[in-house]
Amino acid sequence: MKVSVSWLRELSGVDLPVDRLAHVLTMGGLEVEEVTPVAAAFNGIVVGHVLSVAPHPNADKLRVTEVDAGTGMTLTIVCGAPNVAAGQKVPCALVGAKLPGFEIKQAKLRGIESNGMLCSARELGMSEDHSGLLVLPQDAPVGQDIRKYLDLDDTILTLKLTPNRGDCLSMFGVARDLAALVGKEPSLTRAPAASPTIAETREVRITDRAACGAYFGRVIRGLNPVAKTPAWMARRLERAGLRPRSPLVDITNYVMLERGQPLHAFDHAKLEGAIDVRMAKPGEELKLLTEQWAECVPNVLLITDASGPVALGGVMGGFNSMVTEATTEVFFEAAWFAPEAIQGRAKALQLTSDAAYRFERGVDFAGTRAALERATALALEICGGEAGPVTEAHGELPARKPARVRPTRVRALLGYEVADGFMAEALRRLHCAVAHDGADIVATPPSWRFDLAIEEDFVEEVARIHGYEHVPARAPRSSLPMLESKEGLRSRFDLKRAAAALGYQEVINYSFVASQWEADFSENASPVKLANPIASTMDVMRSTLIGGLVAAVKSNVNRDEERVRVFELGRCFLGEGPEPHEQPERLAGITYGPRIPEQWAEKSPDADFYDAKGDLEAIAGEVKLAFVPARHPAFHPGRCARVMAGEHAVGLVGELHPRLQLKYDLARAPVVFEIDCDVLLEGKAPRFGGVSRMPTVRRDLAVVVEEGLSAGAILEAVRGAVPACVREVEIFDQYRGKGVETGRKSLAFRIVMQDTARTLTDAEVEEIVGSVRHLLTEKFKAVPRT
Amino acid sequence: MQAIDKIISDAQAAFEAAPTVAELEQAKARFLGKSGALTELLKGLGKLPPEEKPKAGAAINEAKVRVEGLLQARRDAILAAELEERLAAEAVDVTLPGRAQSRGGLHPISRAQERIERLFASMGFAVADGPEIENDFYNFTALRMFPDHPSRSMQDTFYVADSDKVLRTHTSPVQIRYMQSHEPPIRIICPGRVYRVDHDATHSPMFHQIEGLWIDEGVSLADLKGTVTQFFRAFFERDDIDVRFRPSYFPFVEPGVEIDMEWERKDGEVRYLEIGGAGVVHPDVLRNGNIDPAKYSGFAFGMGLDRLAMLKYGVNDLRLFFDNDLKFLRQFR
Repeated sequence: MKVSVSWLRELSGVDLPVDRLAHVLTMGGLEVEEVTPVAAAFNGIVVGHVLSVAPHPNADKLRVTEVDAGTGMTLTIVCGAPNVAAGQKVPCALVGAKLPGFEIKQAKLRGIESNGMLCSARELGMSEDHSGLLVLPQDAPVGQDIRKYLDLDDTILTLKLTPNRGDCLSMFGVARDLAALVGKEPSLTRAPAASPTIAETREVRITDRAACGAYFGRVIRGLNPVAKTPAWMARRLERAGLRPRSPLVDITNYVMLERGQPLHAFDHAKLEGAIDVRMAKPGEELKLLTEQWAECVPNVLLITDASGPVALGGVMGGFNSMVTEATTEVFFEAAWFAPEAIQGRAKALQLTSDAAYRFERGVDFAGTRAALERATALALEICGGEAGPVTEAHGELPARKPARVRPTRVRALLGYEVADGFMAEALRRLHCAVAHDGADIVATPPSWRFDLAIEEDFVEEVARIHGYEHVPARAPRSSLPMLESKEGLRSRFDLKRAAAALGYQEVINYSFVASQWEADFSENASPVKLANPIASTMDVMRSTLIGGLVAAVKSNVNRDEERVRVFELGRCFLGEGPEPHEQPERLAGITYGPRIPEQWAEKSPDADFYDAKGDLEAIAGEVKLAFVPARHPAFHPGRCARVMAGEHAVGLVGELHPRLQLKYDLARAPVVFEIDCDVLLEGKAPRFGGVSRMPTVRRDLAVVVEEGLSAGAILEAVRGAVPACVREVEIFDQYRGKGVETGRKSLAFRIVMQDTARTLTDAEVEEIVGSVRHLLTEKFKAVPRT
Repeated sequence: MQAIDKIISDAQAAFEAAPTVAELEQAKARFLGKSGALTELLKGLGKLPPEEKPKAGAAINEAKVRVEGLLQARRDAILAAELEERLAAEAVDVTLPGRAQSRGGLHPISRAQERIERLFASMGFAVADGPEIENDFYNFTALRMFPDHPSRSMQDTFYVADSDKVLRTHTSPVQIRYMQSHEPPIRIICPGRVYRVDHDATHSPMFHQIEGLWIDEGVSLADLKGTVTQFFRAFFERDDIDVRFRPSYFPFVEPGVEIDMEWERKDGEVRYLEIGGAGVVHPDVLRNGNIDPAKYSGFAFGMGLDRLAMLKYGVNDLRLFFDNDLKFLRQFR
């Protein structure tokens, strides 16, 4: 909403300087986003009359003009504007005039004395238009100060209004609120009823009484079709951001700006029979004044005549009945439509409508008739003609229910002292009807407010008038129970720090990705799709974090990074689930390039499967994970494991499939892990289990087995079979090559034994080792290595 | 006796001359060995008259102790020198870089989030979380943003195709979910990702919010101001930050406020930054969370986590947060 300060001052009776005015409005909840003077700061520019134009003898692009600027003598002024012509009225800066950055002096331009300057709109700071002189109407009074003639001592405030303040979508509304904020009475323009001079009427009726609370119409005949919109009105429209069109349309817009009541002007001659307000019937359609066709779904409100729809009620008029340059008789509509009947309709029809914008937010239902009278008066003044009597129909208007406002409650919610008397006064200033019931205030909101219903709404109004700057900062007091804290639980930050300690840098990727990523990295042919993605490369929700990590590697490799380790912790989105979609949080990391950064001390081969697996195990800490060979489309078929926590598959670790490595143009093979966060967060607080003082015995056992056997499976079998005194079974070496047949591999086991109560005898140790050897031989066809 | 003194001085000289332990042991034999000088003297004792024997024997033994002492001292000296030499040979260039692993780090938004969680935890706020694909009810209707109402257009929403679900436009739905499952007093913050259809130099279609909710008996607008003021001062480590409230509108609070944070004073002019929305929780919202508005009141606030991180770390472009450039991210380790 753009507000002219001079208009606002006139209506509100508040005469504060512009910066104060802007501050008061902003602190009152009508945020001033921009303060724009309508013209630059200058003086000494007057209306000049160009008497003659002659070529400049020494310059092709300059002209020599004779100008009457009301100074009593003809001024010779050299002018470079291409559009200068004899007979024009233009702004003329006199010698001595001050413009931003310079002063007009008498000067010789290519040998001709110039006594001033003819100005463009840009030189006046009114617009960026520098294409030529600002040509003024022919009736502009020669010699008058241009600031006064064009009312340039004005400033535009751009208000950023919240959707609850539909009442401030008009000059009246802003003026009323401003007056209330500073404690003044506004002086709003009155609209006395016009006396009918003709009997012509058009019948109106309301079929949908819930949607249309009131409908007032009036015929005016004998309008002058060549009348022009007066300059003052055109100026106010332009300063509000509306383009002047024709007098009748401009009048409806002007009244809407002034009072917030949208109006419509029909060409009376193009209407047939009575007006009816009703919901659309299936299949009805209407050609709008924008020449678009609107298909009227049944919840769209229509204004109809005997021929069918003539306007979308509260949204936009129809093409066939609109006023044109030939219109000599008009039917003005001033109606009140319920917000619920208009909300969403313009958007659904993809229309932008100032009228709908206001009706959706609520229009003053007591101002409808006055708006029609105001439009009538303006039309008679500007276009002449004769007005008929008002025809009207009534539906259901909103009820304004009184609300009980308890001063104690007001103070409790605000947390500071406001006197009872001030509360009543504040609500009165806002034109609420105020009564008292004991200590309580009973307040009824005015007809233009649609955001005041319950006690809390009035609490805000009291605080607003009192001034939000007076809200004190109170250190909160409360009972302070200690927060619950489970020692075994790890936080997401614990996981992040663990990953960071392993060299991984956290990244944050968008949750929406290209559907191609879903196909590539999770073989997901039906990802969760967005109805309105911001780009086709962000059209689906990710079900894996891997795509974003691969992209992060790629972009950093492109920025000359040789070694990239990044991780992300975030939600993934699986299809429809119970509540509302399954969207588990996952942690994923990727390692690309050397295992450690290049340095003097050690050669660093590229990180491989076991680096990523080891990193994942290190992050998992006490959480026991198992790894089983797996196939997954994103991973190298021989270098991929599914991560298991007990019975549950919770993640994957593997080398990116060479096909994807090629596709995403990576020189080396990245290795990736991804795991559900939940399993990593759960844990148990530690519990002391005793320390044995008995000596430990270690025995190593090397066997040769088939290449295809899984070391993990063998380990698991051995661990499951040994007695409790075996503390540890680990593989400490894997060997292929000389001394071991092709197709087989040697595995070396470390077996650590310790009894809690006594020293194990050699015989007992041998028995245990023998049983392990036996198991390996029997179950895995292992051959002891010699 | 002169002979004994001579032996001692000979031994001393011989030991000093031995450069290594092996040569020292050879020198030792000349004095203490089976046919060493002192051993020979002892063997000669028998030839002495009985009254001289004890004195002479004592003198020889004393000499033997002295020679052994000399021997030990020389041995220690040689070993010490050898050790010294070996250690000198083992010296490394301590100025070469350590054999360190690389260090990763947290994203600046994570850093800021962790810090904010800690600050609020010190005031008794727990952390709550919720889904990012949300039901219409939790994201809008429960927060009084009714279908077709203009308040919905305050937030341009991503819709899930063929579904009534949305990407949550704010962290406020977590309020409702938490209230439905917890009794007052409630003190929570809800950090997380949110989504709006907005993409330019200063807007990202995905960004982070931090929501706060405090519900108890007698919680007021002044408490809200006290809480956020303390938070800003603690978070930015500045005690000169004041907070200004402006009336604003969010359908789920009443009164509603816009939080302006005082950031700079220049030439007596105070520069405020708009940093979040807040207000006293609307009674209907409390009811939607199964809380009795006649007994309890509360405040809620929402702030841009990304913006707080930008201000805290001096980051001047929001887009850097989502660009994943290691050269940027490494600065926040």
